[in-house]
Amino acid sequence: MSDVNAPLWLLAELTYKCPLQCPYCSNPVDFASTTGAELDTDHWIRILREARELGAAQLGLSGGEPIVRKDLEIIVAEAHKLGYYTNLITSGIGMSADRVAGLKEAGLDHIQVSFQASSSELNNWIAGTDSFEHKLEMARAVKANGFPMVLCFVTHRENIDQVDDILELATRLEADYVELATTQYYGWAFINRDVLMPTRDQLESAEACITRFRDENKNDAMKIFYVVPDYFENRPKPCMSGWGSLFMLVTPDGTALPCHSARQLPGIEFPNAKDTSMSDIWKHSDAFQKFRGFDWMQEPCRSCSEKEKDFGGCRCQAFMLTGDAAATDPVCDKSPNRHLVDAAITQSSITTKDTKPLVFRNAKNSKKFFVDTSN
Amino acid sequence: MESTDVPKLANGYRFQWEPAQNSHVLLYPEGMKVLSESAAAIIELINGTDTIEQIVATLEKKFPEADLRQDVIDFMTTSCAEGWLNV
Ligand code: SF4
Ligand code: SF4
Repeated sequence: MSDVNAPLWLLAELTYKCPLQCPYCSNPVDFASTTGAELDTDHWIRILREARELGAAQLGLSGGEPIVRKDLEIIVAEAHKLGYYTNLITSGIGMSADRVAGLKEAGLDHIQVSFQASSSELNNWIAGTDSFEHKLEMARAVKANGFPMVLCFVTHRENIDQVDDILELATRLEADYVELATTQYYGWAFINRDVLMPTRDQLESAEACITRFRDENKNDAMKIFYVVPDYFENRPKPCMSGWGSLFMLVTPDGTALPCHSARQLPGIEFPNAKDTSMSDIWKHSDAFQKFRGFDWMQEPCRSCSEKEKDFGGCRCQAFMLTGDAAATDPVCDKSPNRHLVDAAITQSSITTKDTKPLVFRNAKNSKKFFVDTSN
Repeated sequence: MESTDVPKLANGYRFQWEPAQNSHVLLYPEGMKVLSESAAAIIELINGTDTIEQIVATLEKKFPEADLRQDVIDFMTTSCAEGWLNV
């Protein structure tokens, strides 16, 4: 099938185990239903080889917390041999200075360390564990081993007012890049949306801080990536640059997905990399064909001049908000369902964490969730 | 930028041939840039020891009919601004 692009990105979610409990985690809320069925080292090595043959050049190793996997160094070494650029996406918890050095030796190219906030108190509350001091130590070990370092802060109502402090902390830790990613409402973030969503005022002051920092530090090497919150925009994000276009993800149990939260979409059978080759999955599976290109679109996207720019937005967001995965992403102001996004913004403005406590991401809450939904 | 400066790829940047793109690329944290043939011909010569002058000389030997000095300097200047190169 010559009209299918090569996948550029493979994201390997090595495990759903994680010592932290971030209430904005993008993992599925029912993750605990599959934690018993993790792929083994040999599976991963075959998946890496096959995806590399298809053209994948960037490899993300994430989870959960990928450092939990004892075979991480073996997987990294294999990926390095295959010619991938390897990115480890970690919270730093469970890591040690020895493992950072071992990963360097195995050929790892880059480490992204996530922080929950710039202060110990808030960081530890959001993470649900005392983790801040250890994160600082690990960030220093990452730099000491010569890795390029991205510090990632997921921002939301509780920490977005700290942007100045966050940028100051990132500078102090000598980050090469700092990513300020406004929470996207998938997985756990979706059920906590009403209390995570910042106000428009908060966003505007955060943006002003970023602009000021950039102006004052023009020659500084640290780059800032700012991921804007799409609920407050009037066009959707070009989700994954289009379904099955550049990106593929394999979950801990081997399910292959075109994006992080696609598994929730009804009526699609996602192939498993344990028994299907990556080439068949990418080129021929119904799941990866489903929303590829433009033929699946409905109005207003179908005849819209902007469809090659945003691909109609996010299929998961369309499904979660409208119940129809093929609908126009309701963030778009041309969508007949834009009022649903506005209603969510209004709802969040009258909800506080006292009236609706955050649901932390852990196995206990996850089990509650899938027992509830299966009834 | 002086012609005696020694350019180096920035930390975390890797130059390699990608068969699927039928091109040379630069890989860096979470991204990839597909390079034109002329950009690749310059980057290929960046080895951490050769000066800009030496790189120009090598290229002029390879492509004797072209006047490349200014192209190389322009390319190095933009690449430094983009953060891929340090001199
Ligand atoms: S977002 Fe938090 S809870 Fe989820 S995997 Fe990452 S560190 Fe763990
Ligand atoms: S109508 Fe569809 S294609 Fe057009 S701008 Fe909105 S989401 Fe994009």
